[in-house]
Amino acid sequence: MDSINIIQVTNLTKQFNGFTAVDNISFAVEQGEVFAFLGPNGAGKTTTIKMLTTLLRPTSGEMRLNGFNPLSEQDEVRRSFGIVFQDPSLDDNLTAMENMEFHGVLYKVPKETRRTRIEQLLKLVDLWDRRGDLVKQFSGGMKRRLEIARGLLHHPKLFFLDEPTLGLDPQTRNHIWGYIKDLNKQEGITVFFTTHYMEEAERMADRIAIIDHGKIIIAGTSEALKQQTKTTSLEEAFLALTGSTIRKEEASSTDRMRMVRRMWTRR
Amino acid sequence: MSTVYILWLRQLKRYFRSRPRILGALGQPLLFLVALGFGFGPIYQKAGGGNYIQFLAPGIIAMGILFTSVFSGMEIIWDRQFGFLKETLVAPIPRLAIMLGQTLGGATVATIQGMIVFVISLVVGFRPESLTLIVLAPLFMFMIALLFAALGTAIASAMEDMQGFQLIMNFLIMPTFFLSGALFPLQGLSNIIGIIASVDPLSYGVDGLRAVLLNNAHFGIPTDLLVLSVVAAIFLAVGSYFFSKIQI
Ligand SMILES: Nc1ncnc2c1ncn2[C@@H]1O[C@H](COP(=O)(O)OP(=O)(O)OP(=O)(O)O)[C@@H](O)[C@H]1O
Ligand SMILES: [Mg+2]
Repeated sequence: MDSINIIQVTNLTKQFNGFTAVDNISFAVEQGEVFAFLGPNGAGKTTTIKMLTTLLRPTSGEMRLNGFNPLSEQDEVRRSFGIVFQDPSLDDNLTAMENMEFHGVLYKVPKETRRTRIEQLLKLVDLWDRRGDLVKQFSGGMKRRLEIARGLLHHPKLFFLDEPTLGLDPQTRNHIWGYIKDLNKQEGITVFFTTHYMEEAERMADRIAIIDHGKIIIAGTSEALKQQTKTTSLEEAFLALTGSTIRKEEASSTDRMRMVRRMWTRR
Repeated sequence: MSTVYILWLRQLKRYFRSRPRILGALGQPLLFLVALGFGFGPIYQKAGGGNYIQFLAPGIIAMGILFTSVFSGMEIIWDRQFGFLKETLVAPIPRLAIMLGQTLGGATVATIQGMIVFVISLVVGFRPESLTLIVLAPLFMFMIALLFAALGTAIASAMEDMQGFQLIMNFLIMPTFFLSGALFPLQGLSNIIGIIASVDPLSYGVDGLRAVLLNNAHFGIPTDLLVLSVVAAIFLAVGSYFFSKIQI
């Protein structure tokens, strides 16, 4: 049973008003794998994750997640995964505990199990002592840890992490990766993650896919990628494959809104 | 069920935790009661209308509910912009349950706000005339709140960000209030305003409140309840449809 594909993507494409963000990609992730999805800014990583997690409808292509179709079997798909989004997704006006409770109820985790798991998870990410504090009083790293704990509360088979360590100090990063690795080893949870820290991908991932301008340009183990590009580190391989030009990106309306909100709520 | 409950609870917690919001939302009704009530009072009396504060208070209670419920429904836009909506959207629960929880939460918050405005109006000099019908007042407050929370959620589900917000305020919510008979009697209005008022759902909420607080109805309680329920159901259905189409 060890070669079951928990994610199967075939010819997946997403266009936004004529602009192709994800361009006819195909790949598979095996059950129990740690899979890194790398690429420069704007390559299409988050867009791919959104399609897999039922947040966005693809323009064309086929997807299977845990054997289910994200378009027609949404609830089965939704039960199969946990996710840490690239952007914040906590309710700042609730406490850490309330955010966890909310998630547990939405995923119908029975009350007793919920209590014990929340305690376990919050202790694990070092937030048990702060469980009664409003999330808006948390630092960026604390919020991130809480999001990770929350994503695991319903024991998903598959865990999506979209830049989970963005903006975290090395201590916290190591801590989080150590935990994720354990989960993968002990519980067999499949991990699908993106990151811009190449050494993280090199260290953690069983397999890596690199996407650029919406197309997957290479996939394989870190060793294979280095061999094919005749480089000695993943970072060099990455640069060799994707070039060294900086990707231009316009501020999205979400970014603008965040500015406005910040100005309004500043005290 | 538990889903609807936890979403409802979240709305209430957020409401009680933002005291500026509660106070801010009370300033406007108070201002209207004092300025219009005392300002127009003498003229209204002279024209044979009786005590204007008496007439005005139910309208202002409805106003408080209108604004609070629309805003609460529209909180979905904030949730969307600041990320939390993703958390609910990827959860394995029916979209209708999310929509219901959000709407019921907003409606409850707005009903509480309506009660507070009611108490304020008592302080300003409002005296309910029927002490038996008054038990129905919370029902009408809740119906108004439900209808407009559903409207707010529907609008928010169809909007990408806050850009259209001014438009909605100035061309939908303000007219809904000013053309509803909250400020003037509908009796004997045969002109265009009378016609507009009769298609404005808030008119029926205001009328219902006047019926139970003053024993003075234009359309009558059964009509009021019927119109409010039907329109609320329509808004809920439309809102659920838009909500199920949200992509992030
Ligand atoms: N809702 C949208 N409407 C229009 N264009 C979009 C939308 N979402 C993403 N895009 C565009 O699609 C492309 C891919 O974006 P995506 O967020 O998937 O990139 P990414 O690989 O996650 O990048 P990053 O590393 O910066 O997070 C970008 O050019 C982006 O501007
Ligand atoms: Mg991204």
